[in-house]
Amino acid sequence: MQDQPLTVAGKTYQSRLLVGTGKYKNLEETRAAILASGAEIVTVAIRRTNIGQNPDEPSLLEVIPPDEFTILPNTAGCYDADSAVRTCRLARELLDGHTLVKLEVLGDEKTLFPHITETLKAAETLVADGFDVMVYTNDDPIVARELEQIGCVAVMPLAAPIGSGLGIRNPYNIIEIVENANVPIIVDAGVGTASDAAVAMELGCDGVLMNTAIAAAQNPVLMASAMKKGVEAGREAFLAGRMPRKRFASASSPIDGAFF
Amino acid sequence: MEIVLNGEPTDVPDRLSVADLIQRLSLENKRLALELNREIVPRGCYDEVTIKPGDAIEIVHAIGGG
Repeated sequence: MQDQPLTVAGKTYQSRLLVGTGKYKNLEETRAAILASGAEIVTVAIRRTNIGQNPDEPSLLEVIPPDEFTILPNTAGCYDADSAVRTCRLARELLDGHTLVKLEVLGDEKTLFPHITETLKAAETLVADGFDVMVYTNDDPIVARELEQIGCVAVMPLAAPIGSGLGIRNPYNIIEIVENANVPIIVDAGVGTASDAAVAMELGCDGVLMNTAIAAAQNPVLMASAMKKGVEAGREAFLAGRMPRKRFASASSPIDGAFF
Repeated sequence: MEIVLNGEPTDVPDRLSVADLIQRLSLENKRLALELNREIVPRGCYDEVTIKPGDAIEIVHAIGGG
């Protein structure tokens, strides 16, 4: 059975794995890991330029060029709608009118959980301003529905807190979100290892976004490769339609013809 | 004149255009975005916009992030 590609904001992608560019040792490792992951959509953060820095030093977008990857600027570190909107507008200018953004508005420093009311507010403003918003949210199906109705092009429920590596903590909520969605559902945040990514895809998600799971692995390039396979395996398992779970055993070998 | 550049009080020559400032900071060929008093100055307008004393300028770029 041939799968459909992932479609976000009218553009199609072969890879259902999206990756971040933070926490790597250096730009070389960043690029090597991204290539090993097969990811086509790559997130970046928007921050002040270092005034007085060596002008010959390579910058991230020279190593991860916008003509080779789809760059997804995030609003990391924003705790209110205004700063998130401001960040997206600067990102759009930075990337020559590129309208795809990852909206994240945080509510708490320890857990980095999303601030839902500020997220809803920012999403409305951004959608009205012509942005294609992929929005980081919690696993509340009602909020997911609201964000879709506002016009976000993808809804991205967290598996667990950002950078925690705890995997999907509430699979039933994720299933609920997936089954009621008309836009791609991409698990974002909290994935720790390849099996977590496979589980997300087996639940029916359209993609998985991760950063720390790869960057903080002992061998990031190898983990990136594992994640690529995990996402593909999970997707195939989902499309294949798993067997039902049973309470009791069901022998795989026939009884007929037993000679003992 | 004194302006605020990326949050820091900075002394710059009078009658500086945004383009002049970018050049002074050796940022001409870098991919960046610039805000003057909270309003984005499009790249095509850098020559036409003059900086005044007390202006607050933010110059941002893309870095690694999740």
